Amino acid sequence: MDSKQQQIIIDLQAILPAASLLTSKEALTPYECDGLSIHKGLPLAVALPETLAQAQAIVRSCTKAKVPIISRGAGTGLAGGAMPTQGAVVLSLAKFNEILEIDEHNLTATVQPGVRNLVISQAVAHLNLYYAPDPSSQIACTIGGNVAENSGGVHCLKYGLTVHNVLGLKILGIDGEIFELGGKALDNVGYDLLALMHGSEGLLGIVVEVTVKLLPKPELAQVVLAAFDDVEKAGQSVGDIIAAGIVPAGLEMMDALAIQAAEAYAHVGYPINAQAIVLCEVDGTTNSVADYIARVEKVLHEAGATEVRTSQDEVQRLQFWAGRKAAFPAVGRLAPDYYCMDGTIPKAKLPEVLKQISVWSEAFGLPVANVFHAGDGNMHPLILYDANKAGELKKTEAFGQKILELCVQVGGTITGEHGVGVEKLDAMCVQFGAAELSQFLAIKDAFDADGLLNPGKAVPSLHRCAELGRMHVHNGQLPHPELERF
Amino acid sequence: MADLSKQLQADVILAGKDKRPLNIIGGNSKAWYGREVVGEPLSLAEHEGILAYQPKELTLKVRAGTKLSVIADALDEHRQRLPFDPPYFGESATIGGTMACNFSGPRRPYAGSARDFMLGCNIINGKGEALHFGGEVMKNVAGFDVSRLMVGSLGTLGVLLDVSLKVLPHREAEQTVALPASFAESIAIMSKWAATPLPVTAMCSDGDFVYFRICGTNSAVQRSMKEIGGTMHGGGFQLWKDLREHELPYFDDPRPLYRLSLPSAAPFASLEGVLVSDWFIGWGGAQRWLKSDLPLTVVQAYAKSLGGTASIFRHGNRGDEMFAPLPAPVMALHQRLKASFDPHRILNVGRMYKDL
Repeated sequence: MDSKQQQIIIDLQAILPAASLLTSKEALTPYECDGLSIHKGLPLAVALPETLAQAQAIVRSCTKAKVPIISRGAGTGLAGGAMPTQGAVVLSLAKFNEILEIDEHNLTATVQPGVRNLVISQAVAHLNLYYAPDPSSQIACTIGGNVAENSGGVHCLKYGLTVHNVLGLKILGIDGEIFELGGKALDNVGYDLLALMHGSEGLLGIVVEVTVKLLPKPELAQVVLAAFDDVEKAGQSVGDIIAAGIVPAGLEMMDALAIQAAEAYAHVGYPINAQAIVLCEVDGTTNSVADYIARVEKVLHEAGATEVRTSQDEVQRLQFWAGRKAAFPAVGRLAPDYYCMDGTIPKAKLPEVLKQISVWSEAFGLPVANVFHAGDGNMHPLILYDANKAGELKKTEAFGQKILELCVQVGGTITGEHGVGVEKLDAMCVQFGAAELSQFLAIKDAFDADGLLNPGKAVPSLHRCAELGRMHVHNGQLPHPELERF
Repeated sequence: MADLSKQLQADVILAGKDKRPLNIIGGNSKAWYGREVVGEPLSLAEHEGILAYQPKELTLKVRAGTKLSVIADALDEHRQRLPFDPPYFGESATIGGTMACNFSGPRRPYAGSARDFMLGCNIINGKGEALHFGGEVMKNVAGFDVSRLMVGSLGTLGVLLDVSLKVLPHREAEQTVALPASFAESIAIMSKWAATPLPVTAMCSDGDFVYFRICGTNSAVQRSMKEIGGTMHGGGFQLWKDLREHELPYFDDPRPLYRLSLPSAAPFASLEGVLVSDWFIGWGGAQRWLKSDLPLTVVQAYAKSLGGTASIFRHGNRGDEMFAPLPAPVMALHQRLKASFDPHRILNVGRMYKDL
């Protein structure tokens, strides 16, 4: 520890009670990674403030000493966005876990950033309201983290992402000052900084308060489960449902390996001989659900489904979903480790992309289970591997990178909802050219001139992309002409 | 259908070199909005055409100069629409201008705003760089969300070349009902129904009646009408269109038209020197119009006390500020962002705020 680092610890000790500052290796270790455990690092310290004044003082001390700050919610992120770097202070917002106001007239809830996603819906359930975005980590993940990642969920085709469901933010800036963006009104004046903060992965500011939009609970939700003997037909049916003028609340797809794993784990009666299943949920008033469900069933039959089941009550609806929701842990039983990818593609490209993934799967000798937010084209191929086998993780990461590059090639993106973090920095070089990356860095600079907020995440440096050699080629021109190449 | 992007880029580069300010123009249908801009016109009107439309993907990619009417016709063929119901304010209205203004219609509180449906865009920044942000897929969190930042930035950060948008299907049935209610009563009634799952897609009040538009399947519409009550309003379609386009008699007035963006249930309390008939309430209470000669500072103070903002939408003195002032630290961020996109200060300088 150098003298600058010693000084910052002394400063933090003056701000926080002893129990709110972690500095020993044993205490720091639980914070060494987020949900992406293949990337790890130990921070200098973890600060757990309880008041805004403490958080402000911490930021001011770090800014003065030019010590990086990594804000952290529940640490459920899947891209290493909250992974500590050496010499950085982790600012945990876990203790900011109060619901500050529920406004049933304006249909808003104002909460602290450490409030867990699901807790908001639970707190307003008695009013027949809920908070719509439901990332699969919603039991554990916090709303502050949801803002930082612009989290999605199973229902975002109809109800949008976090950015569509947040009306206001309070941000602690790198200068230690707090500013407000939005509030309870719908539209705001000035630039849409509210949107810009969403998905900015802690690089622009620290979220210290969130006002979310609450929605009335639908009267009824029903889900149709359709089995297919062919993945392509299943993929086709997804487009057919949309073309029939239906906007499902959720529209999911799983392939054979994922179905078998889910059924073996959750015992929910999935058709284990199917090559793919499609789950289509419709919600709304009782009348409209009845109308739409009849239409969905018809479309799925016409698309060649070998079996179509519709949930008859809430127990059965939850059962149909239970398999899908358990897909990740279920797949986790098939191999010692799995690596979850998060690319988004135009839905029409699904058969092409799945075919290519299975070809690579053979070539790499790594099985892949596919679960897919089919409605919005967000795919989660789960690559099965064994980290204890020498070289297998490297092979897995190379396979993953190829999948992401393929997503970009077919007109999609390297991350639909998990974010870039440290995981997809190289893939960012494929998705964006030097000019776009420079603009991102300039935006970062406008908020954080010294580069102290979560540095080294989300946006790669131009040098990194140039050195990587696997570069974005735009209109046949090689990017970064200003950089020397060796 | 012409691709003028190379020409536009060359124009911006040249203007940047000479530090010549530009005034970006699409269909010129919203030239009255925001502050006056002094600059050489940069016309996007002929940079038009639908680049990609995939009904099954619910996505549309169009050049900025494409007319809204052309887009509406193309979507209509597949029984789809722009979900945010944009106002035209003139036949020549383009998608570029609409997104630059972030204009949304009566459906906005229930469907979302223009910015909510922005998926990606190509722009030219003030340095003359052609940049691509976002994408043509629904979910995309790679890089900062510059696409949405562009929406509502009034051309001060970049020239929009094309935009990718999420579209949605039409609803099959639509009805409008009206109930007699004062403004205060209307707010209470609108708030009550907003908290139910009924498929209401527009609510407004003129101070005599509160109006509801209900869209959905036939059976859902019939049932909702019964529950909400009131009388069926035969001229519903025209009412919402006229409200969207500011063609209701209410809007025929030379005084400055204020747009107040408020929490939807904010109480209706009039201002001194303002008549009840000077108000019109839209967006279920979240957008309120006021015709008044009062200065912006007074109306903004009123809006702020209710948790929102006030801006002059039309008929103001366009040399003065038109939009609610930003807090100092937020304005400082705006200026640094402006400098990062437009260091030579050539793009629509002063259209939003004097110092931007």
